[in-house]
Amino acid sequence: MSWRELPIGGMVVEPGNSIARRTGDWRVFRPVINQDVCTRCLICWMYCPDGVIKLVDTPYRTSKGRVWSFTLEIDYDYCKGCGICAEECPVDAISMVEEVK
Amino acid sequence: MEVLEGPVRQVRVVLNSNYAVAYAVRDVDVDVIAAYPITPQTGVVGKLAEMIANGELEAEMIHVESEHSALSTIIGASAAGARVFTATSSQGLEFMHEVLHIASGMRLPLVMSVATRAVSAPINIWCDYSDLMNVRDSSWITFIASTAQEVYDTIIEAYMVAEDPRILLPVIVAYDGFWMSHTYEPLHVVADKRYVRSLVPRRDRVKLDPLKPVTMGSLVGPDWYYEIKYQQVEAMREAYDIIRERDRDMGKVLGRRYEPVEAYNIDDAEIAILTYGGIYGSLLKSVDRLRAEGYKIGAIRLRLWRPFPVDELYKVTRGLSTLIVVDRAISYGASIAGPVALEVIASLHRMRVDLDIVNYVAGIGGRPVAESDFKGMLELALKLGRRARELGTLYWGVRGVNYE
Repeated sequence: MSWRELPIGGMVVEPGNSIARRTGDWRVFRPVINQDVCTRCLICWMYCPDGVIKLVDTPYRTSKGRVWSFTLEIDYDYCKGCGICAEECPVDAISMVEEVK
Repeated sequence: MEVLEGPVRQVRVVLNSNYAVAYAVRDVDVDVIAAYPITPQTGVVGKLAEMIANGELEAEMIHVESEHSALSTIIGASAAGARVFTATSSQGLEFMHEVLHIASGMRLPLVMSVATRAVSAPINIWCDYSDLMNVRDSSWITFIASTAQEVYDTIIEAYMVAEDPRILLPVIVAYDGFWMSHTYEPLHVVADKRYVRSLVPRRDRVKLDPLKPVTMGSLVGPDWYYEIKYQQVEAMREAYDIIRERDRDMGKVLGRRYEPVEAYNIDDAEIAILTYGGIYGSLLKSVDRLRAEGYKIGAIRLRLWRPFPVDELYKVTRGLSTLIVVDRAISYGASIAGPVALEVIASLHRMRVDLDIVNYVAGIGGRPVAESDFKGMLELALKLGRRARELGTLYWGVRGVNYE
């Protein structure tokens, strides 16, 4: 493609294409959810600025025997590692782990 | 009221150049105006506010807290499809600086008038072209008008050029602060503004539309940024021919034909003085007197600053042996301190023309440049001979500076 074919001024004329940009590689620290401690309050899900915390229909039984009907998972393709979820979690169920490790 | 009959009926009015801008902005039917007051521009938006209040113009006047916001506001309005306008001077133009690049980079057809003024410090509200020359590389098409009539006509032309789908670049129409912004001149304005509106039809362009979403001004990395900036290079290049076409159109319908480079008494001239803006009037008078004294001298005026009219300049300077360029701004520390002289030399070098070019900087901070000054500059240039060229730039009229 030459300069002639590019949309004028670098305009993005195709809407909703941010899905094509996998922002997960920006991450330095990876949020990791401790499913055993998590109370499913969904505060992380509400606070996540990128909408990468997903509710998955996988039941989970804690070590104390409590059964949750769903699990929270992070979409690491798009999570930028901002750490807001870990900061907001009221039970410290999310830890930020350095990516290189 | 005197009426000019021709292809278009026009009435004769007496206006200063600020008001001439306002009349033209009214006649092209602008939708959104945002501005912050600054001397000597304030009369433009003051008059426009009055026109809106009187129902002569149906437009939104958005009051903002700075020039940075004024330009940002019309960028938003233009992106949404509106026809927009702002005006500024001096520090205001400087404060817009980063946004100037955003406007041109987003390829929005904005029009702005600049009543040129010196820049601080020391604080000085009077005319020179330091403000305009500082924004040279911001990719705005730039006209410099010399009369209130030309200011009116050029604002209309500016919208024709800016909104041309082949161009889509913002346009500045500059004129002397105070010397023109606050002095009254007779001029013709189009009697029926519907006619002016027919000259600038509403054209379709990509805009912010929820039904057809686009992203403007997004992040572009090293892999494509250069190509997008190159689009501006091509748009600016193409603008030259389109401006020439619109000059011809304006000549046909309004009876006033402008050229990117205008010349007077040039055919048999050996020497010419080139300048820009309102002092060209004094130069013409001076040339008449110098002709009467026996000098084979002509006058040249630069009307189009960006894109720079290399070919037109070449045509009018071909037969000359000496060209005196009178600049109204200083590029500190440059090889040639006059920005226009620097460009003139570069253009003629490119065309393989080698003539003696003498650069003066005059009129800084509102110091008058009268007929006698042009005569003095000519005499000094002739007296210095080749040395005048070697000196690079002569600072005219500075106390304590002596070249003899």
